[in-house]
Amino acid sequence: MKETPVKVAAEDGRIVEPPTSDDSPLAVRGLTVSYGDKPAVFSVDTIVPQGSMMAIVGPNGAGKSTLLKAVLGIVKPLSGTVSIFGESLSEAQQRVAYVPQRASVDWDFPTRVIDVVLMGLYRELGLLGWLTNRHRKTARACLERVGMVEFAERQIGQLSGGQQQRVFLARALAQDADLYLLDEPFSGVDAATEKAIIDVLKSLKSQNKTVVCVHHDLATVADYFDRVLLINVQKIAEGPVATTFTAENLQRTYGGRLAATHIDDLQLPAG
Amino acid sequence: MWTTFLDALLLQAGYNAALVAVGAALLGVAAGTTGTFLVLRKRALVSDAIAHATLPGIGLAFICMIALGGDGRNLAGLMLGSALTAAAGLLLVAWISRATRLSEDAAIGAVLSVFFGFGIVLLTLIQTMSSGRQAGLDGLLLGSTAGMLFQDGIIIAVGGALAVAAVFALRRPMTLVAFDAEFAKASGWNVGYIDLAIMGLVLGVTVIGLKIVGLILIVAMLIIPAVSARFWTERTEHVVLGAGLIGGLSGYVGAALSASAPAVPTGPIIVLVCAFLFVLSLLFAPIRGVLASLLRHRRFQVRVHRRQGLLALAHSEAIHDRMTLAVLRRDGLIRADGVATDIGRAQAAKALLDERRWEIVRQLQFAEGAKANFDGLTPIEGVLTKDELAEVDRRLGPLSIVGG
Repeated sequence: MKETPVKVAAEDGRIVEPPTSDDSPLAVRGLTVSYGDKPAVFSVDTIVPQGSMMAIVGPNGAGKSTLLKAVLGIVKPLSGTVSIFGESLSEAQQRVAYVPQRASVDWDFPTRVIDVVLMGLYRELGLLGWLTNRHRKTARACLERVGMVEFAERQIGQLSGGQQQRVFLARALAQDADLYLLDEPFSGVDAATEKAIIDVLKSLKSQNKTVVCVHHDLATVADYFDRVLLINVQKIAEGPVATTFTAENLQRTYGGRLAATHIDDLQLPAG
Repeated sequence: MWTTFLDALLLQAGYNAALVAVGAALLGVAAGTTGTFLVLRKRALVSDAIAHATLPGIGLAFICMIALGGDGRNLAGLMLGSALTAAAGLLLVAWISRATRLSEDAAIGAVLSVFFGFGIVLLTLIQTMSSGRQAGLDGLLLGSTAGMLFQDGIIIAVGGALAVAAVFALRRPMTLVAFDAEFAKASGWNVGYIDLAIMGLVLGVTVIGLKIVGLILIVAMLIIPAVSARFWTERTEHVVLGAGLIGGLSGYVGAALSASAPAVPTGPIIVLVCAFLFVLSLLFAPIRGVLASLLRHRRFQVRVHRRQGLLALAHSEAIHDRMTLAVLRRDGLIRADGVATDIGRAQAAKALLDERRWEIVRQLQFAEGAKANFDGLTPIEGVLTKDELAEVDRRLGPLSIVGG
């Protein structure tokens, strides 16, 4: 090995994008996470401007979810820093909301839809605060936004996959954050849910909130997002969808794993 | 024996029996509520490791207290000693599963047996050391309430009340961590501390339960109330309350029974009462119970057979399935010889009409939400609005009159 990968990244100019400001919603520098001795995310830098909707795109095992979890403090990074609105994660925790992958929990858990949404208010309630009608109203309003209010009293196991995903989104809305991090929110959901989710995310954007999604469906990247971060363990490219989401960059991200015909189907602007 | 039992139930069987019954009830409430979070966190087995790891602590505490010239059977001292080795066992399990590739259950198995074995060795040593005086220690294996002191009762009552208060204060973070630990962490809760609190509560309940239930069976009091209560409700708060109720009731009734049969150790009786409530819940709970789901399945099966039978009638196909025939006969849709009755013909026509309506719905860009609800059984009127149904019938044309 003649050079460290960090140097390579710096020399070919991919990380010279200047930090727009020190208080951008999410600024990640040199983030490396490993499980055992194999890095899952290696030295990734990214700065997400306020009010943008960014997709994190890459092949399976590229470290997309791991990157998100490291940002949130769920997994401990080996090195690197994360700053949120210019502060550390623990200082800015109140301004971050998270939508985990649907498969990460047991849906037979004894809890109703409304109770899950109320979990988004727990940190505001603290240990001994009483749950009042105001909280229940907030939770119902969040369910209304994802079109699930008529399911409020259902046990969560009785919902379809798409409905479960919408409940998770409602819980994040209840957290009333400025930065929303979502892990594959469109994975395995029905068309109605996909529309409901993207409508909510666009309304968040219109309120100048910042949305970051791990996303797997290449066909919808250009429709849904305005920024994209392509990673495959290391960062491949980052920037506005129009200039960054190109056939060339996709080929570099996916290597041989993405058939050329598939890329042609996306009708992307030439490299 | 029956009257002794009734007296004990009504706290009339003497001072000591009353003390034991109240203590056992409080312990049951504490164990049920605490255990609920252990079960919801899917770490029920950890309680087994904690319980077995108390034994060496009991032996060591006994030896220390004798060496210091005190009474080796002082309950507070034994509890302190058992809490210390139980905590050591817990930390060892946590360390093994974190630092090695062993899974938690393997770590539990290893730690549990080693600690328990060490405890048995210590107890045997004590037996040869000081003949006769160790009798009280054997009682801590399976619970023994004979000659329980007032101060023991106070310790158990205060400990149980503290555990219940702690569960109340920590109910939200514990629920959150049990349901979705990653979300809890991302929301700023210290998941490590909350898990530690759950384990700490379980450890506390185990230690205060040593006297009445004993270390081998306390696991049952932590787990059975929670899984029994789960049959009755879909809400975490209600599972916690129900588990407290079932635990408390088992403790109280079990202690009363034990008072009328002093030769049997208390722990097994309490656990058997608890297991009885578990079997009741498993069989008779209204929605999740075994009988309820059998009935539900049966009713669904009948609906499927009726529908298939009606469609067969509408298409004038022969019906061979015995259950279909039985269902149609029972509902007066066919005669004994298999010929459709008037009602049968009318309902068959309606079934056919609904099939055709669904075909239209499926072909059209129409009522997208409703399509997901098609299962061939739900009446179409319950899925489509009146206007939508009218639109379907308009497209279906004259055929729709068949239904009459």
